[in-house]
Amino acid sequence: MYDYRAPLRDMAFVVKELLGLSTVSRLSQHEGYAEATDELFDAIQEECARFSQEVLSPLNKIGDQNPARMETGRVLTPPGFKTGYEQFVAAGWNGLTAPVAFGGQGLPNLMGAPAEEMWHAANMAFTLCPLLTRGAIEAIHTVGTPEQRQRYLPQMVSGHWTGTMNLTEPQAGSDLAALRTRAVPENGHYRLTGQKIFITYGDQDYTENIIHLVLARLPDAPAGVKGLSLFIVPKYRLNSDGSIGPANDVRTVSVEHKLGIHASPTCVLSYGDEGGAWGELLGEPHRGLEIMFIMMNAARFSVGVQGMAIGQRAYQSALDYARERIQGVPLGMKSAAPIAWHPDVKRMLSSMKARLEACRALSYYAGQILDLALGEPDPHQRAQAQARSDLLTPIVKGFCSESGLWVANEALQVFGGMGYVEETGAAQCLRDARITTIYEGTTGIQANDLVGRKLLRDQGEMVRSLLTEIKAFLPELNHPAVPGSLTQTMAHVLGLAEQSSLHLGKTALSGNLPQCFGVAVPYLHLMGWLVSGWLMARSAVVAARKLEAGTQEPDFYQAKIATAVFYAEHGMGVSTSLHRIVVGGGPALDGMNPDQF
Amino acid sequence: MKVLVPVKRVLDYNIKARANAEGSAVELSGLKMSMNPFDEIAVEAALRLKEAGHAAEIIAVSCGVTACQETLRTAMALGADRSILVQTDMELEPLAVAKLLRQLILREQPGLVICGKQAIDDDSNQTGQMLAALLGWAQATFASRLDFTPGASRVEVTREIDGGLETLSVALPAVITTDLRLNEPRYATLPNIMKAKKKPLETLTPQALGVDVTPRLQLLRVAEPPPRKGGVLVSDVAQLVDKLKNEVKVI
Ligand SMILES: Cc1cc2nc3c(=O)[nH]c(=O)nc-3n(C[C@H](O)[C@H](O)[C@H](O)COP(=O)(O)OP(=O)(O)OC[C@H]3O[C@@H](n4cnc5c(N)ncnc54)[C@H](O)[C@@H]3O)c2cc1C
Ligand SMILES: Cc1cc2nc3c(=O)[nH]c(=O)nc-3n(C[C@H](O)[C@H](O)[C@H](O)COP(=O)(O)OP(=O)(O)OC[C@H]3O[C@@H](n4cnc5c(N)ncnc54)[C@H](O)[C@@H]3O)c2cc1C
Repeated sequence: MYDYRAPLRDMAFVVKELLGLSTVSRLSQHEGYAEATDELFDAIQEECARFSQEVLSPLNKIGDQNPARMETGRVLTPPGFKTGYEQFVAAGWNGLTAPVAFGGQGLPNLMGAPAEEMWHAANMAFTLCPLLTRGAIEAIHTVGTPEQRQRYLPQMVSGHWTGTMNLTEPQAGSDLAALRTRAVPENGHYRLTGQKIFITYGDQDYTENIIHLVLARLPDAPAGVKGLSLFIVPKYRLNSDGSIGPANDVRTVSVEHKLGIHASPTCVLSYGDEGGAWGELLGEPHRGLEIMFIMMNAARFSVGVQGMAIGQRAYQSALDYARERIQGVPLGMKSAAPIAWHPDVKRMLSSMKARLEACRALSYYAGQILDLALGEPDPHQRAQAQARSDLLTPIVKGFCSESGLWVANEALQVFGGMGYVEETGAAQCLRDARITTIYEGTTGIQANDLVGRKLLRDQGEMVRSLLTEIKAFLPELNHPAVPGSLTQTMAHVLGLAEQSSLHLGKTALSGNLPQCFGVAVPYLHLMGWLVSGWLMARSAVVAARKLEAGTQEPDFYQAKIATAVFYAEHGMGVSTSLHRIVVGGGPALDGMNPDQF
Repeated sequence: MKVLVPVKRVLDYNIKARANAEGSAVELSGLKMSMNPFDEIAVEAALRLKEAGHAAEIIAVSCGVTACQETLRTAMALGADRSILVQTDMELEPLAVAKLLRQLILREQPGLVICGKQAIDDDSNQTGQMLAALLGWAQATFASRLDFTPGASRVEVTREIDGGLETLSVALPAVITTDLRLNEPRYATLPNIMKAKKKPLETLTPQALGVDVTPRLQLLRVAEPPPRKGGVLVSDVAQLVDKLKNEVKVI
């Protein structure tokens, strides 16, 4: 009913005006990056929007109403999805950021992020399949042998085969140390046995083969996460000429019934029922988790984009509805008018708009940093970009997915009773958005990562360098077109983040780790508001300069400044309470005892 | 055989056209522009001829402002081999465009020209016809089907006319204009979008082609149609018939 339209103007603003493609197109190390010009960006955006709006979006509701299911041992995707997939790969979208040497276009993440946003907003359940294939391509490309790359990558980049990520087992979700799947060497390859659950697109009817990447233990593996190795396990084994051979010993046991993303088959896979699934080792033995983490930085960034994208779809439909639905006379008006003019509905719409623009800026920025971490020629600068990327990963995944979920919830509220019934699509957005704060590591796990591995491990160095950069930016806000309140709020929230980081550092030093990790999620949120707020403030400065220089789009730039101000006052306002929880909430948590609940 | 396809840059079909504040033109500033949808069909028709081996090269042509380059890049991303922009900031009328195309056609010697039957901005539905007349070529307008026989000097064109379909056998070279049902245009593929950047785009001017494009018509005013007054819900067929007969007096 309320169809998706890609927010091309804001995407172009973030990519071309706020961040700038020239920051990554100069990275000649990467074949393809140099192609990333503004003109190419425009051409790709336009066609990608058309494809997303006209092909993927119409399948979104069909997928919700006709969940992926199992029939005679294999998975069937919803009507139209197979054709949609064939169109997607025929148009070459699967190779957007994939390596040039294997048939991709090798474009930077800064250019890939808006395309990914469009696909997810148009049809999140559909887009999970290429998302996982991309992760698998990256792993094989990064650590695979030349033979492995040659064997798998051309087919995966073209989309002829898809990829999956197999971590989770019944007893091992957040805690990968508990993984039990075993791999036994046999004549230069391996036999795998074990059960994996929740495997996204673990089976489908799109392609003739599926390349599973499976975490498992070798017989001599040490206990814990240091004993995990990664294996390539194709659904059908390959003949020596690369053609499809006999079926491998991998069985789809069942497909889950779940809250959202109905079109995406979430599979239980059983390996080795007939004596062991054939697999080959990817990378070095016992280094599987490290490799998974290479993929995970990219995959977590993608889930951040995804959360924001689904929020965008929800917001757009709520906005359309609020412009049509008439209910009473808004305050200050003389006659009945659409609900968008009720002060409270206007507040809800503004909050959603601001939070989405902030998350778009944040997630694309993370994409830009990912590009720099891969392509900076200078080793020192590359290491710095890598450190920034490591710091941003949990913030982007955690904050953007939580924000997307919040927006989807708020959008439903704008619809009133019509949001709660299924026909408007608001309910689907909320159900779909719900998974983004769970998979690829829950928000709790992101917060643990942020506090444990990013804040505490290097004595706060990564965080300090980010805070220093934000502080150095503040004087730029002194522009006649930017209200002074924005500077004040930014400086205030920056101070809160500094104090909170210091407090966590001290608490950890005193050995009280439960208190630290007990407030890790509020700390993640605080950092999310700060970094996204900084990018909104930077956007306001860009807009102010455009207005100053003279522009044909004064409305757009004025709205950008107003949105940044609104975000600071209504959104970042909560930073004060988050800070209070972080620095003062630990002892209260100590006082709680689940046994007494 | 070369195929020449003229493409026009128009206000995107999803955007509701509005008159500008002065009432002197349709408001275009800051709005999304796209290839005229009938021209997309023409490009698609040319691509299919090439894929079937009937055409060797497809040349896209656009006449207008510098930004028409984007439209030409789109045509090349879809598969046109090269393109020509006749650059001018002057408002172009169908006759001027037909004259510019004629000059290019004399130079390029295509065996076929495929145009959209009309552009969705001014809805003139004249350029193809005028061009055929200027060239003295055969023409087949509103095509809904093309049948090529390899090596033949004629093409069979099915046209949509009032009350049915008409099939013509047209001698080549010819001008064909496309109707909506001729085909469904494809999406540009990502590799082709990338390749389009490197395909040749030549820029000429009306002066260089020796064509005077000065408007022959005078535009007096641009206004939006009056908004529709609210409808009435009738309770049954009898009431509807009664209203049609006695109130609006159409039956
Ligand atoms: C639709 C769907 C698709 C999925 N796709 C895939 C896939 O393709 N491949 C794959 O391998 N997996 C996949 N998963 C699994 C997903 O990654 C896990 O569900 C997720 O990692 C959480 O693990 P869990 O479900 O076992 O929850 P648990 O780990 O049991 O967590 C339950 C709760 O406890 C909290 N918790 C657990 N440990 C800690 C801790 N140390 N500190 C603080 N809090 C903690 C969590 O935050 C959470 O709130 C998918 C899941 C779903 C639902
Ligand atoms: C499952 C379900 C069960 C229900 N059961 C019953 C029932 O048994 N009996 C019954 O009579 N009704 C029932 N309802 C209707 C329910 O009470 C209404 O949906 C609810 O009152 C909201 O009205 P609305 O849906 O028309 O939304 P709207 O009134 O159109 O509201 C849409 C949005 O606009 C906002 N808004 C509207 N007016 C203002 C204003 N003046 N100022 C600020 N914001 C405003 C709202 O807060 C909301 O966010 C049910 C609805 C559902 C979904």
